This record gives sequence, C-alpha cells and structure tokens, in this order.
Amino acid sequence: MAEAAIGQRITSPAGATVAAGQRGASVVTRGLERRFETPTGPVEAIHDVDLTVAPGEFCAIVGPSGCGKSTLLRLVAGLDRPTSGAVAVERVDGGRPTNALVFQGRSVFPWLTVRQNVAYGLKLRGVRRARRGKAADELLRTVGLTSFARAYPHQISEGMRQRVAIARALAVDPDLLLMDEPFGALDEQTRFLLQEELLRIWETTGKTVLFVTHSIDEAMILADRILVMSAQPGTIRAALEVPFARPRSLTAVRSDPAFAEMFTTTWAMLREEVTAARQMREAGPR
Amino acid sequence: MRRRRAIELALTIAAPLLILGIWEALARAGRLDPIFWPAPSTLGETVTRLVREDDLLGDIRISLLRILGGFLLGAVPGVALGLAMGLFWPVRVFFMPLAAAIYAVPKIAVLPLVIIAFGIGELSKLVIVAISIFFLVVLNTMGGVLAIDPMYRDVARNLGASRFELFLTVALPGALPAIFTGLRLALGFALIVIVGTEFLSPGRGIGYLIWESYQTLQIKAMLVGLIVTGLMGWALTLLLDVIERVAIPWRGAE
Ligand SMILES: Nc1ncnc2c1ncn2[C@@H]1O[C@H](COP(=O)(O)OP(=O)(O)OP(=O)(O)O)[C@@H](O)[C@H]1O
Ligand SMILES: [Mg+2]
Repeated sequence: MAEAAIGQRITSPAGATVAAGQRGASVVTRGLERRFETPTGPVEAIHDVDLTVAPGEFCAIVGPSGCGKSTLLRLVAGLDRPTSGAVAVERVDGGRPTNALVFQGRSVFPWLTVRQNVAYGLKLRGVRRARRGKAADELLRTVGLTSFARAYPHQISEGMRQRVAIARALAVDPDLLLMDEPFGALDEQTRFLLQEELLRIWETTGKTVLFVTHSIDEAMILADRILVMSAQPGTIRAALEVPFARPRSLTAVRSDPAFAEMFTTTWAMLREEVTAARQMREAGPR
Repeated sequence: MRRRRAIELALTIAAPLLILGIWEALARAGRLDPIFWPAPSTLGETVTRLVREDDLLGDIRISLLRILGGFLLGAVPGVALGLAMGLFWPVRVFFMPLAAAIYAVPKIAVLPLVIIAFGIGELSKLVIVAISIFFLVVLNTMGGVLAIDPMYRDVARNLGASRFELFLTVALPGALPAIFTGLRLALGFALIVIVGTEFLSPGRGIGYLIWESYQTLQIKAMLVGLIVTGLMGWALTLLLDVIERVAIPWRGAE
C-alpha cells in the first residue's frame, strides 16, 4: 500500500490574492498525466491537465463519462501518483492542508453504524468520544439522518448512504473538499436541499471545493467556475466563469435570464465531447 | 417474526427426528438386524449406563476441551497470518506455496509426526487439531481481506488512517464474514480430526469410546458415541452462530 503521496511540490499560483485568515487551500496542477497499464495496453486517463483553483473557490468539473474526472480527484487527494506532472495543494497560512474526498459510488463502511461512519475521520484524528459524537449528530441533522444514527448502512436507502458519505467528509472540516458526483444518487428534492446546505457551508467556512458533476444545472447553481473536460484522454477544454451573484439561492439562479444562456453554451461544448467519447468507444477499444 | 422463528425451529429438528423415526419403525418391523441396528428407543438405557458407569459426560467434556483448545491454538494465529497475507503482498507471496501444499495433506497422516514431536499426551492432540485447521483459517481470512472493495481502504487513507488503523478499521471488520466462514469449516474439521485422533490413541474421549465399543462389539454404546458426536458438532455450530451474530451486527437482517 503506497503512502498517500503528492507529486513534487510547486509554488503557489501566481497572482492568487486571498484575504488574510481565509482558510481554503489552493490547488495547482501542471502537466498532469495519468496513464494506466492494462492487459490490453496503456490507457491514458488524463493528459496535460493544468488547473489552478484559488483558495476558497468553488470549482465544478463536467465532462463525458470516462474522461478522467475521478482520476483527477484521486490525484489531487493524494491517493494516486501522476505518471508525469505535479500537484500542489497549499494553505494560505502555510499550514498543512487537509482534504476530504466524497467518493463516487458506495463508500460508506458497512461495518459501522451511520453515526460511527460520520465520526470516523474525527476518531482517526483523536477527537474525544463526546466531542465527535456531538459533531456527528450535528452533521446528521444537516443531512437529515438524525433518526437513523444507530442504523447500519444496509438498513437505509442508497440516497441516505450517500448523505452519510457527504457528512463523513464534512465532519473532518477539510480545507479542500473534493466531491465526486456526490448528489448523483439522490432524489431531486433531497438534492435541492443538500445543494442549498452545501452552499451555506461553503459560504460560512471558506473551504475550497472541487465538485465533479454530470449536471450542468448543478454546476451553474453551485460553482464560481465550470471546467469542461474533453473526452479521453481528459484535458481541461474550457473554464467558464459563472456570473450569478453570491450568496446564491437556487430559485434566484434558476430564474436569472443568464441561466438559460449559460446552459446553452456549456451544453454545446460538452455535447461535442460526449459525442467524441461515444465515437471513440464505438470505434472499439482505444 | 415469532411465527417464522417457530417454523424455523421445527424445520431444524425435523430432519434428524425423521431419520430416527424411520430407523425406529424399521427396527420394530424386524427389518433390521437387532444386533447391529438396535432401535433408537432402546439406546436410552445404554446412555444411562454409560453416564453412570463409564463417565460419558467426562468423555464429552474431554473431547470438547480438546476441540476448543486446538481450535483456539490454530485459529488465532491463523487469522493473524491470514490478515497479514491479505494486506501485504510479500508476506502473501512468501507463505502461499507453503499454505497451498500443506492445506492439501490429510492432517491425520501427520499425527505420527506430531506424536514424535510432542509426545502422546494432551498437547499432541491440541497440536494436531491446530495444524488441521490453521491453513483453512489462513486461506479464508486472506481471501476475505483481498475481497474488500479497495474503495474502503482509500476512504480510510484519505481521512488519515495509519497502517495500523487501516488494519483495525478496514481489513479486520471487512474480512470478518469470510473469517467466520473459515471458522465454521474449521470447527467441523476439528471435530473430525479429534475423533480420528482419539481412535488412534487410547485413553479418554468420545472417539475412543466409539472405537473401544466397536472392538468389544458393544454396538449400542458405539451408536450412542456416534449420536453424541453429531450432537456435539451441532451444538458447536450453534455456539459459533451466536458468536457470529454478536461479532457481525451489520449482517443482521438479511
Ligand atoms: N485503476 C485503473 N486501471 C485502469 N484503467 C483505469 C483505472 N482507473 C481509471 N481507468 C481508466 O481511466 C479512464 C478515466 O476513468 P475515470 O474513472 O477517471 O473516469 P470518470 O470521468 O470519473 O468517469 P465517470 O463519469 O463515468 O465516473 C477510463 O477510461 C478508465 O477506464
Ligand atoms: Mg468518475
């Protein structure tokens, strides 16, 4: 098992000016590439990704399936090493940055109760029982699972499990929050509520968020910037500024005339990539 | 729920009762040779005699203690090595040929060797049970660790788990269902091996009772010994079920 490793260090993003005391981490990648060796030959998941996320920024990533979004998040989280290029995650005050990744799919520990799952990261950090219990209960209220605190994951629904995973990542109060399609498995109403909640948490804590989603809607509602990735091997094809004023509300953003316009441009771009990805798949492996 | 429980219990004891019933009926109808197949209902007095005069309960206790002792002696290090083999590939590569080879050797064939090494006393009986189940537990445990979704490991690492914490909070609980599968098989093996061992080494124990009764043609006592052995296996499995339910609460209502 390899140590959690971040590629070689590179210096802070040029020109990232941040208010003092802000605690989000910056993310910079340069020439990031990850190739997988498979029995059928090497697969280049991402290629030459240059990314700069300012401290406290909310950045969404959209792209066709298989373009390397999860791969990118794992590299930023330090769970995987790039085959070339480098990742740097830094805190404004020079402290050691912490990150938490909300994984795509079933990541909740089946052997822990809902409450134990949420408190897991705090336990690893040596937080005392009473305090981590309190913190977990608070987050369970946030995600609406208070009455399921003592249940085991197999006793709750898929959408509820996903909320547990989100609460578990939030519990450690990371400088950098990495989310891999976190709301994908949720019903629409719950998704709206959690989008609002995430916005509130982000606005009050100043975390940096990297948010992978397949929903252009969701990206526009939440993010400062939308990064559109190209089909495999993934690169960042465009970075679109999201113009809506902060603090945002779902309803205000949706009724903004710019919303439809931005949706159209983003979709046009994404559409090309999704089509390209399809053609590539139909052309056979690689 | 209560109803379901009652039906479960009835079905559980139905099969053995059915067999005993058929046996009884055939014996009474004179279809079985009464010397070799006495009716089960006539075994009652044999049981009483064995308990009173031959300390049957003592034999049961001795065999059970041998099984449990040997079981612990083999299972505890077995789980430890299995976890290590699952977690660390050099450990796995190093031990795998050994485990695969020894796993296939009929363990009772190793008994002479064990007696040479540990004498004919109690210790050699515990050791032979331990050896017989060790690799079974090792291989099941290792398989359990390898089958854990690597995502769980990544979650733990991402939240800052050390190697030791990874071991305690992911590998061990994640492998627990497979570990219990191994222990269940091991328990059966332990019973088989201890009865076989007691055949071959005179003294006490339920296996010796069966063998001795056979040699002196006390067929009823031999049959009682066989039935008691079956009951012991059943009881031990039930005990393991209870332990498993406590140890793996997340498996609960499936
Ligand atoms: N461990 C691995 N071994 C081999 N190939 C891999 C591995 N992980 C990812 N890949 C390949 O890298 C590419 C990108 O995968 P990734 O999971 O990052 O895509 P994604 O953008 O997250 O897709 P989705 O939107 O479907 O989640 C895919 O072609 C995938 O097959
Ligand atoms: Mg993905």
